[in-house]
This record gives sequence, C-alpha cells and structure tokens, in this order.
Amino acid sequence: MAGMELFSDQGYRVDGRKSTELRKIQARMGVFAQADGSAYIEQGNTKALAVVYGPHEVRGARSKALHDKAMVNCQYSMATFSTGERKRRPHGDRKSSEMTLHLKQTFEAAILTQLYPRSQIDIYVQILQADGGNYCACVNAATLAVIDAGIPMRDYVCACSTGFVEDTPLVDLSYIEESAGGPQVALALLPKSQQIALLEMNSRLHEDHLEKVVDAAAKACGDVYAVLDRVVREHVQEVTTLVGE
Amino acid sequence: MLKSKSFIKKTRSGGVLKVVREHYLRDDILCGWAPCEECGSRGGCATPTPSPSPGQGQGPGGLTDNPHTDSQLCPQPHYLLPDTNVVLHQIDILEDPAIQNVVILQTVLQEVRHRSAPVYKRIKDVINNPEKHFYTFTNEHHKDTYIEQEQGESANDRNDRAIRIAVKWYNEHLKKSHNNTQQLQVILITNDRKNKELAVEDGLVAFTCDEYVKSLVGNPELVDRLACVSDTANDIESGKLIFREHLPLSKIQQGLKSNHFLQGTFRANRDNYLEATVWIHGEEGENKDILIQGLKNLNRAVHEDVVAVELLPKEMWVAPSAVVLQDEGQVEADDEDEREGLLKTVTAKTFSKPTGRVVGIIKRNWRPYCGMISKSQIKESTRHLFTPADRRIPRIRIETRQSSALENQRIIVVIDAWPRTSRYPNGHFVRSLGNAGDKETETEVLLLEHDVPHQPFSQAVLSFLPKMPWVITEEDLKKRMDLRYLYICSVDPPGCTDIDDALHCRELENGNLEVGVHIADVSHFIRPGNALDQESANRGTTVYLCDKRIDMVPELLSSNLCSLRSNVERFAFSCIWEMTHNAEILHTVYTKSVINSKASLTYAEAQMRIDDESMNDEVTLGLRRLNKLAKILKKRRIDNGALTLSSPEVRFHIDSETHDPIDLQTKELKETNSMVEEFMLLANISVAQKIYEEFSECALLRKHPAPPLSNYDILVKAAKSKNLDIQTDSAKALADSLDNAEVPGSPYLNTLLRILTTRCMMQAVYFCSGMDTDFHHFGLASPIYTHFTSPIRRYSDVIVHRLLAVAISADSTYPDLMDKHKQQALCNNLNYRHKMAQYSQRASVAFHTQLFFKNKGIVDEVGYILFVKKNAIVVLIPKFGLEGTVLFEEKGKQSPKLYYNQEVPSLTVEGTMFNMFDKVTVTITLDASNVQHQKIRMALVDPVIPGVSVPRNTSQKNTNVEEPEMKKAKLN
Repeated sequence: MAGMELFSDQGYRVDGRKSTELRKIQARMGVFAQADGSAYIEQGNTKALAVVYGPHEVRGARSKALHDKAMVNCQYSMATFSTGERKRRPHGDRKSSEMTLHLKQTFEAAILTQLYPRSQIDIYVQILQADGGNYCACVNAATLAVIDAGIPMRDYVCACSTGFVEDTPLVDLSYIEESAGGPQVALALLPKSQQIALLEMNSRLHEDHLEKVVDAAAKACGDVYAVLDRVVREHVQEVTTLVGE
Repeated sequence: MLKSKSFIKKTRSGGVLKVVREHYLRDDILCGWAPCEECGSRGGCATPTPSPSPGQGQGPGGLTDNPHTDSQLCPQPHYLLPDTNVVLHQIDILEDPAIQNVVILQTVLQEVRHRSAPVYKRIKDVINNPEKHFYTFTNEHHKDTYIEQEQGESANDRNDRAIRIAVKWYNEHLKKSHNNTQQLQVILITNDRKNKELAVEDGLVAFTCDEYVKSLVGNPELVDRLACVSDTANDIESGKLIFREHLPLSKIQQGLKSNHFLQGTFRANRDNYLEATVWIHGEEGENKDILIQGLKNLNRAVHEDVVAVELLPKEMWVAPSAVVLQDEGQVEADDEDEREGLLKTVTAKTFSKPTGRVVGIIKRNWRPYCGMISKSQIKESTRHLFTPADRRIPRIRIETRQSSALENQRIIVVIDAWPRTSRYPNGHFVRSLGNAGDKETETEVLLLEHDVPHQPFSQAVLSFLPKMPWVITEEDLKKRMDLRYLYICSVDPPGCTDIDDALHCRELENGNLEVGVHIADVSHFIRPGNALDQESANRGTTVYLCDKRIDMVPELLSSNLCSLRSNVERFAFSCIWEMTHNAEILHTVYTKSVINSKASLTYAEAQMRIDDESMNDEVTLGLRRLNKLAKILKKRRIDNGALTLSSPEVRFHIDSETHDPIDLQTKELKETNSMVEEFMLLANISVAQKIYEEFSECALLRKHPAPPLSNYDILVKAAKSKNLDIQTDSAKALADSLDNAEVPGSPYLNTLLRILTTRCMMQAVYFCSGMDTDFHHFGLASPIYTHFTSPIRRYSDVIVHRLLAVAISADSTYPDLMDKHKQQALCNNLNYRHKMAQYSQRASVAFHTQLFFKNKGIVDEVGYILFVKKNAIVVLIPKFGLEGTVLFEEKGKQSPKLYYNQEVPSLTVEGTMFNMFDKVTVTITLDASNVQHQKIRMALVDPVIPGVSVPRNTSQKNTNVEEPEMKKAKLN
C-alpha cells in the first residue's frame, strides 16, 4: 500500500485545506492574572500557552546582565499529554533546548531590548497539544503574550511553517504532513517590514524551489498577522470598555 | 477564502495510539456541471467552465454540459457515478471511449488507491484525459456530502452510504438549478446488490454495470469487455469444487512466522502444465525451489504470483518429471487424475526433491496476456477458451459473441478471477491485435510480451519539440564553440538515419594531433522534467527490430534535428583531445559546439577511402590518422586484458515490396567498425572519469562484473576435449588463452570458443556511483565506464550529457539529477528496458528466421555442436547465425540408446559419440503444427546413425507438411 496522498490532483490536502490555507486559529490574551503577560493560541489541533514576566532585574547571576540591553530568557516545554502517547518530557532534552534557542533568537530580534538595559525578560511557552507547527504556534503565542505584557516590539512576530509536496508549497503543516518527511521551512517574519527574524529548514530542498517556498511562507505569515492583529484589537477594546466604566 | 470552518475530529485507533485529525468541510467545492449557477457564482470564475483556481488541476476535461448516451434503460441525459468495485473490476469498460461523463468520488478514488495501485494509475490517466470528461468530486470535504461512520457500521458500509449520499446530493443539486431544463441526472453504477437496493429505496436511479452496459445502443462490443466477477448464483449452478480454498492472509502470515509455510514466487513449467516450481526467497540469499505437482496442489496459482506453500511429508516427495504435457483443453476430471498418475509412476525415488502444495496466494501478478482463442466445439456457445502465447500461463475462459471474428486473431485477455469450481480462470477480452502470422501483428505481440512501450508519441510529448523551421540563433552561437570549419565526418552502418556520433582528426602546428568526438546534443532539446523527457526516460532505449525501429525520442529529433547529418549545421557535445602520434592524451576539452559534418559515410565507404591511395582530401586524411591511432589504442586495450568476444549476428535482406526476408547474412566487421568503436570507448571512459570526479555521489556509470569462476566450467571442459587450455583466473589470462586457442584444420573453432565465452559473461548494468562501490568493467578492462556516445537511442547517455554539461557549467542542474536514489531508480528502469529490448530483438530475429525458412523450405546445412545435453545437442549454423536443438527422443517413438557423460561432456547415441564443437550436418524445417508457436526444427543428417538421422534432402521424398509450401515459394 502506498503512503498517504498529501496533495490531491483536485488541489486538496488530507484535511481538506487548499495549499495556501491556514488551519483555524483561535487565540486569547491575558489568560493568567498573575503573570505580566500571557496568551493562549490554537492553530488547528496544536495548542500552546505562553507566559511573559518582566522586564525585571536580572535574577541569579548578576554577571549575566547586559549593560546595553535586556536579556531575553526563553523556555520551551511540551506537556506530557500533548502527544498521542503519554511521555515524560524532561527539560533540557536536545529538541526542546534547540527550540528554546530558536525562540530566544526570534524574540531578541523583535523586542526593543535596548530600552531596558541590565534587565531580563522571561518567556515561557508550553505546548499543550501537538499537531504540527509547534515552533510556529509558540512564536505566535509568545508574540501575543509579549504584547499583553506591554513590552515594546518592532512589530508582531508571525511564524508559519511550509512544506513542499508535488511541486507545490503547502502552508501551515499538520502533524501528518510533517511526518511524511518532506522538506519543511519554518519562517518567523516581521510582517510590516517583511524582515525575517528566523528561517529554519530541515530535510533537503533544491535551491530552485526555495524562493517559491519562502514566498508562500511569507504570505502565510501575513495571514497569521491579520488574525493576531484582530485578536489584539478585540482584546484591547474589551479591556478599555472595562476600564472605561 | 475559508468559508466553512466547522470541523469534525476523526479518531483512528490502532493499538494504543490515538490519532486525532482535523477534517475541514468546505462549501466552495464545485459540482463540475458548467451551467450550474450556484457553483458558478461560488467558484468566482467569470468563465462558464468550472476552471479550477490556479495551481490545481480539477481534471482537465470536466463534464460536458449536455451529455447524451443512448441507453435504453435511461433515455434522459445523465452522468454516471460508479462505486469502488465497479472502478476496480470494470476499469476496461471505463477506459473505453464510449463511456464519457463520469463523476468519480474522492471516496471511490481513495479506496481504489488503497486496494490496487495499477487500477489507480489507470483511473487517474482516464481522469486526466480531457476527451473522456471525467470529473473528480471531493465529496469527503463537501459540507453536504460528508458523513460520519455510525456505531456498528463497517468502513465499507460507511463508504457505500457516502457514495449514495453524494448521488442524492448531486441529483438534488442539479434539480435546483434553473439551467437544468432537460432533467439531467446522475446514475449510480454498482454491482453490489444490497447497495443497489438501498439506493433505490432512497429514490436514486441505480443500475448494475452489466445492466447499464447491455442497455447501451450502438456499443455492443463493450459487453465482451465486461469482467465476469464471480457471482454467487454461478457457484450454485456448477456444484463441484475442484480446488481447496485459499487460506486468508492472516493465517498465511501466522504460518509463515511459524515456518509452517514458505513464501516464494510461483514459476510454472513451460513444458508441463501440471508441474511448477516455487522459488523461495531465503533470508541469507540462499534460494531454494520447491516442486509442485498436480492440478490440485498447484491450486490456481498463475506464473509469477507470490504464493505460500506447505511442504508435503517426505514420503510424498517426487522428482521433476521429464515428460512434456500440453494442456489439450476440456478433459474430464477422471481423465486428469489418470494423467497425474502417469506423472508419478515415471518418477524414481532417488531423485526426489522437496515437494509441496500451494495453500494461499500472497500477491497476484496478473497482467494482460497475448494469445489466441480456441473456439468452443458448440457452435452457438459464447464461452470459449483462450490460449496465451506464453505457455506458462493457463488457458483462460472468456465470454464473447464475436468468436468467429476473433478466430485466427491475436487478442489480449485479462484474468478476472479463478473460482474454486472452475478448472480454468475466468477472464475477459480486451482488444484484438490483428491476424496471426501477419508481420505487424506478430511484431505487436512481441513488443507487448516484452513490455516495450511502442505507442505513437502523445500530443503532450510532441508539444515539447522545437518549432519548425528550426534555426540556429546568434545567442546559441555565443554559448557554443564554433567548429563548423573542421572536417568532421560520420561513419555508420548503411541506412542509418539517427547519426549520433561524428569524428575529426587534424594535425596541430606543434606536431601533435587533435582528435574530436562529436556527439549529438540531445539534452539541448530534451529539457529535464517535461513530458518529452519523462517519456524518453520511460522508454529508456530505442529498440531495433529486423524491420522496424521503435524510437526513444520523436522522429523529428532522432532523424533530423539531433542527427549529425552531413552539410547541415547541428548542435553537438564535443570531446576534444590533444594527442601525440603515439595516442598519448595530453589534454582534454569538453564543450558544447556547433558542427557541420562534411560527409556521412558507411563503414564500407570509409574503408574504401582509407584504402584508396588516390584520395587525399581532408576527410580522408583525417580518417587515415584516426585509423592509425585506433590501432594503437586497440592494442593498448587488449594488452590491458580487454576481451574480444563474439556472437553470431545476422542481417536480413528484406524484399522491398513484400517486406519478407529473402536472404540472410552474418554481419561482417571491417577495420572502420573497430576504428569508430575505439574512439567511442575512449570518449566514454574520459567522460566517466570526468563526471565521477565532479559528482562522486550521483554519476551514472556502467559496470560489467567479473563472472564467478564456476561460470567457465563448461568452457574449460569443452576446450579440454579439444586439447586446449583456457585460463580463467584473470581477464588478461582469458584473453590470451583465447588468442592462443587454435587447432589446425578447424578455423571456426576459435570463434566457437568466443561465442561460448560470451555465454559465460554477466550482464553489464547501469548504476549510480553513490549506491555501489565496484565500478569495474570486466569486458573492456576499464576501471570506470559510462555511456556518452549515443544519446539519440539511449536515455543513459542523455543523463550523462546533463551531468557533463553541469560539470563544465554549460547547463544548470535540477533536483532529480543530484538525488542518488532517484538516479538508481532510473538506472533500474534503464537496465530493465535494455534487457527487454535485447529479448525482443532476439525474438524478432527468430520470427524473421522462421519467415525466411518458410519461404525457403527444407535445407541441409553444416553446423557445429555448441552444447551437449542429456537427450539432445544444440547446433549452431554459422551461415545463418542460427541455433537449434536436435532432439534424440521423440514423443511416441522408441528412443535410441543414449549415454550421457557429464564430465567430458559427451553424448553417445547408438554408438556414435558427440562432443562439443563437432561438425555435423542437419536439415532445417519449419514446424508449423502449432500456429502460435511455429519453430525451427533441426534433424541430424550426418553423421549417419540408423534409425536416428534423416536422409539427405535431395533424396528425401517422404511426406512432409512443408513440402507443398516450399514449391509454392519457389514459383514466386
């Protein structure tokens, strides 16, 4: 038996989306009162929670403080119940430390860190349910949480993964599409300036196709931006009406 | 873009794993009927045809607005909607041009994909054919047609229900449309009785495939192509069960695990229909075979099937019988038992081999079979037996009303099923190839049987040809080296129109020689990935039959734009060396170029020019220099241990009007043949080194593995019987000892030895350098080799051209070229195609030899014994390059006293001893007693053995079937 047909001749993917369509995104900001900022996001079946503390004084070793900008501290984790098989996931395994590093790089590029010298900003993200595009969901959730915390950023950071099947770039991969083993590009973009905060690729992709794939990813990031922006505006409206009373 | 976002979770439990998937339902899926205003506005297309949004193919055809099919059952215009089983079993019907306007549901397509890859491929091809007007409806993602599996409902029932819902939706949807003035409707085609009943209950129009096809006015021939799938009604009718039931797959797997059963490929015996062997694929490469004897033990397995066998207890083991048994048609079951008894009594216990019986089929490997119909004795009967050309395939029962028209025709039949009650498998007629014995038909048969793609090139392929008139532009010239001033010429066999190589040689100012090999630049015209490229990659090679050439690339390229004809400007890929007069290479340049060949010569013409001292033009001078260098190169190669082998090759002189062969001639080799060959070898080796240097992982190379020493046994033994010593420890030793093997008085012996050596060799194969470590080419004694010089007729050369072009930065690369797994897959296809091309060439030669002897009648010829077998000798007749068997045992005749000595090997018949390489005289006749398997028969004339040999032809006056025909032939 052949494997699954990821992209049909009619132009539909296994879950019924077209090649350029995102999964359904639902998000909420300010889910926890005690943190400085927090957000929850669902991208299809991938669910992520992000919490932001700071900016605050550098805790622990003072020597780590940077004299001209804030230090961004990230931590990525996956809930034990996030996948089909229940599994204990210790902190600091290879996969999650890599993810942590990527998140750190992304947000160092996006947050205006020079405004807070000698201080620290903590971003904690957790995947509650994994169904592909974990990194992207984390970035999007963290963006909302940072905005919720009121920390100034250059722009939203929107992330989206893109695969390449049957000569067509597929946007926002689900778990089945990811596990098929094709090439995958994760792009984190600052949509207004179209600057790339992070671009990661695994598996092999021919040079000729790269531009097509990155373009599709950038366009998808634009779509993500539209959704995130709406969420932020709705949230702000809600909060202002509450305060206004 | 996204309208409906309601989604449903699908859970699929396998073991303990729970998989949650999203399933989006949409409301923007078009129904495929162009005038539909609802879908038209939804799709947002201005054009009336449901053209898909960019980047996706909604099936290029789409449904026609006003379908009309004349069916008695359903006079209104309608679309068909087949269910999964109809697609799976009646694909032949769906492929017929008469069937159009069909809606294929996604549910059906997915099920088909799951169950049968070949049918899936075929239905996809049909969908993609714009003339068939098939439309794929993505019903699983449509908000109105998606359904969930209910509690207690099996997956099959759920899919059937989904299909019914889709039909219902379609009919309601079409009814709603105001444009639907003619009561257009959708009809469900299903062979499942329950499904049909439920559909009718729902108020749907549903027919079985049989009902519908039979109701079609104007296409009665379609009925024959209906597959007869075993109906329960039929089983009761003919109560007697002949075979044991096949075990289900789960039980087979259990048995395989517990070593109760063995898995292997079923190979039927060519000569005895009641016997077969199963090749067990052992784990550590150890292959053994198990004998299967008797109809019941064979249990409906067909040649090439993968089966599970159970070993019988040791006391029931038997030896393979040497009896030839042909299935003669309808025999009574008792009679059959008797025959099987006959099989067993012959066998001696001492030679018994592991014997078993087939308990189940793991994978059927049925394909369409060529053959002929044997008409039923009852005149009005519509059931007939079909006899395949391949004798390993059982006869197939088919149902047709055109039996009298099909008699004496070659037809294609596929097997549908083999029920337990039936002695023969059931099948159906696919198409007719033409009258048996016609040259065209026989050619078609041998192409089909060897799986050679030979259809005319499709429109899609031809669309990638350059537009005529084709001119060389300034831009082309800028990129290429201009070599038009050089005195380049080509040397080829007479009548060659696809000239892919040309040569030149000139003296440089510094006294050295410049030698150029110019190869047609096919890769300039065939760009990677397009339909033309895919088609040629699939064909792999041009196939040369005796009277026909099946091109790998369309004729415009092969015989015109790529062919390096004289006095026209052509693109070439050139390999230019600077050499000393001693053929030492000083410098090599590869470049794309433009050339203008000054002469296209035949081997004979080139030879004449070299020999004729009065000719001193540039071309001739170049040829002489080349010839001189070639001799040095050849000597050097032979000193390195390259083998000069021999195989008898023949050419037919074909009558220009009837296209019948009128004379046979063995191919003659001239000095110029070897001259061209030498430079081609040099170019191939140079290029192989270059591309391997540049792309160590993905270079396409060709290797020729050294044969295992045991292969030489027969050769060494045979030589010993003539007091000759053949060394086989190395290629060099073998070549030398072959050179020294001369016996005064028999000049042909050396050639015979070389022919025999060729038979000991392994097959040379293409491979990808990243997938193998052994690159050695044994026959040419070269550490590395590839094919570069014939891109018009071999696809491997096209790939090598592309690699070399990338290496010299003359062209850009593409992903598949650099993928070693894809490259290896391509190599495997090329190797398969080359093997099949060779087989079909041999079959074509054999067929023409038969035609030749049919016209010529009986002849006596001198030949040499090539092999000695237990009861026969194989004789080679050098004059015709013909090989045949002289049998000493015949059916229904007292066999002479035979003594076979395996050590020498020799065979003594009634006191006369036959050794290998002995000279004998045989008489050659054509045995036409079997229309499908005409063959050349040989009988011994000299040495004379009473009771065995036949008298000489001149004095021969006994009744021979062939005689009248021979006289007729002479009158012509």
